[in-house]
Amino acid sequence: MASAEALIRLMHIHRTFYLGDSKVNALRDVNLTINQGEYIAVMGPSGSGKSTLLNLLGLLDRPDSGIYHLAGRDVTTLAPDEQAQVRSKHIGFIFQSFHLVPRLTAAANIELPLILAGINPDERVQRVKQAIHEYGLDDRAQHRPNELSGGQRQRVAIARATVMRPTLLLADEPTGNLDKVTGEEVIHLLETLNQQGVTLIVVTHDQAIGARAHRQITMDDGAVVTDTINNSELITG
Amino acid sequence: MMLIRDSVQFAIQAIIAHRLRSFLTMLGIAVGIWSVILLTSIGEGVHQYVLAEFTQFGTNVIGISPGKVKTGGQPPTGIPSTARLLTMEDATSLKQLPNVIGATPTVWGNSELSANGRLRRSTIYGVDADFTKVFSSSVRIGSFLPADNIGGSRALIVLGSKLRKELFGQKNPLGARVKIGGLHFRVIGVMAPKGQFLGIDLDDTAFIPTERALELYNREGLMEIHVIYKKGAESSDVASAVKSRLKLRHGAEDFTVTTQEDMLKTLSNVLNILTIAVGALGGISLLVGGVGIVTIMTIAVTERTNEIGLMMALGAQRITVLFLFLGESVVLSALGGVFGLLFGVVTAQLMQWLLPSLPVHTPWSFALIALLVSGMIGLLAGVMPARKASMLDPINALRAE
Ligand SMILES: Nc1ncnc2c1ncn2[C@@H]1O[C@H](COP(=O)(O)OP(=O)(O)OP(=O)(O)O)[C@@H](O)[C@H]1O
Ligand SMILES: [Mg+2]
Repeated sequence: MASAEALIRLMHIHRTFYLGDSKVNALRDVNLTINQGEYIAVMGPSGSGKSTLLNLLGLLDRPDSGIYHLAGRDVTTLAPDEQAQVRSKHIGFIFQSFHLVPRLTAAANIELPLILAGINPDERVQRVKQAIHEYGLDDRAQHRPNELSGGQRQRVAIARATVMRPTLLLADEPTGNLDKVTGEEVIHLLETLNQQGVTLIVVTHDQAIGARAHRQITMDDGAVVTDTINNSELITG
Repeated sequence: MMLIRDSVQFAIQAIIAHRLRSFLTMLGIAVGIWSVILLTSIGEGVHQYVLAEFTQFGTNVIGISPGKVKTGGQPPTGIPSTARLLTMEDATSLKQLPNVIGATPTVWGNSELSANGRLRRSTIYGVDADFTKVFSSSVRIGSFLPADNIGGSRALIVLGSKLRKELFGQKNPLGARVKIGGLHFRVIGVMAPKGQFLGIDLDDTAFIPTERALELYNREGLMEIHVIYKKGAESSDVASAVKSRLKLRHGAEDFTVTTQEDMLKTLSNVLNILTIAVGALGGISLLVGGVGIVTIMTIAVTERTNEIGLMMALGAQRITVLFLFLGESVVLSALGGVFGLLFGVVTAQLMQWLLPSLPVHTPWSFALIALLVSGMIGLLAGVMPARKASMLDPINALRAE
């Protein structure tokens, strides 16, 4: 493993949730090394900890124990606002339910990360315009989410996730709410981004989509059970 | 960090997204500000009206009355007073003080006058020639009482305009005889109309020399001496000069000096407190409006938990989330304040137009304070919900449904 240039290194990550008296081990001793530019599919049964892993990678959640290095830096100990800064600059999220702000137009939704990063209005307008064009949303720019189709909504969400040019793109079941054809379109978009150098991690239940990735990680009951690169098994741990 | 302009725009977008709800919330603040503006406008109007009533005689007047008032109460009746009376000579002596323009010894009472075959009960003032100076009154026909020497006051009378009309109608009263009690007076002048003072008709009066009034009412001493001093002279300086002169003459401070400046200050303070109290009453409805904002912002945070989670995922810092929600409540409240201010001013003007007798005056300082207060209310009302929003856990916020 080329650990020197690894983008992500997870070491002995544990995450436990308590629901009343019951204890759920959402992640147990997860060890992963992910390099810049990889295309990974995370699969496994419902409740196996896929979303928990993705949230952790996206610094939305903290492990109970273990170490997470992102681009050579230990990010587990960062303060919330420092984590927010890392998310702003380096990480893009795509959700199954799109998570668009309903009162904002497509263009305004895409602009949101730029606004939050304090980028000046002139530059924002340029970048939003370019993103809208790249994702074929020119005639939908001034529409609100409820006036868009599912595929268009997810394209807006992808445009929003990539407008800050992140190195890491995390997609949690991005095609879960889409029909087959639209889902494939969205996957194509994400793959194009990966070809441009973005590290792409997709959680999916769809075997066909999973098979397209260069590396498949299977989880069960909070643990990584298989990790294969181009159909050759890797020893995890 | 997010730019301020963007935060405000974001707040406005959120407010517009819930038009009706935002409008109703703003209405709460608007009604609060409106009532503060309206009530303080009336309070300030009354204030100015009362002060104008008192200052119509000029503000550089000092009153001296017999007896020492220590705690503001009247000396007990029945107990014989050892105090010396205020005399004509006291008044004459005060006229000589530096900066003093005039001093009029005053005695008043209510008597029946008969003239031209008619009878009328009026207020009779015993004054001297300085009266017109002290009370800035003017004579319409004839002349005012002449400056006679002590002991030589002639039985002359000057009529108030209303009394003249009642007794003589359109007839020329000059030179006519007027009988008061057992005394006869000759009319030498009629005053210009002065209107009312706190509801008292100032024109239903007659003026006779002080000595004649003392005789008429069978009094030994004066009821008051009114001193007028040069504009620009320090009222406290004149007051202490008056005090020391009278102390010298009486051997003790057995009189009370009240400067009109002091009186007006006290009066003004009382009226200010009144205005503030009335404004505070309106402030209660402002408070209710503030509670409305707390409620709406709390609901907004709950409703938009998902959005907050998303913002955090997109890299929003906690303080940014805090500012966004604070901004929303401040904008909401300030807009309500502006509407309330506009409506308040319009209503005040309308009232002045419909009820000209009701004194209304919008104090702009209060309006400005009201506006600032509405912004502050927005800030305070927003703190709790905004803090709640900023403390949310990103994942739980995103997962919330
Ligand atoms: N915030 C939380 N509080 C309590 N339990 C949680 C929380 N988040 C996840 N869990 C539990 O952790 C386990 C893993 O959840 P996770 O969402 O990662 O599963 P998943 O693999 O994404 O499932 P799915 O395919 O259904 O999305 C589940 O048992 C879930 O109930
Ligand atoms: Mg999941």
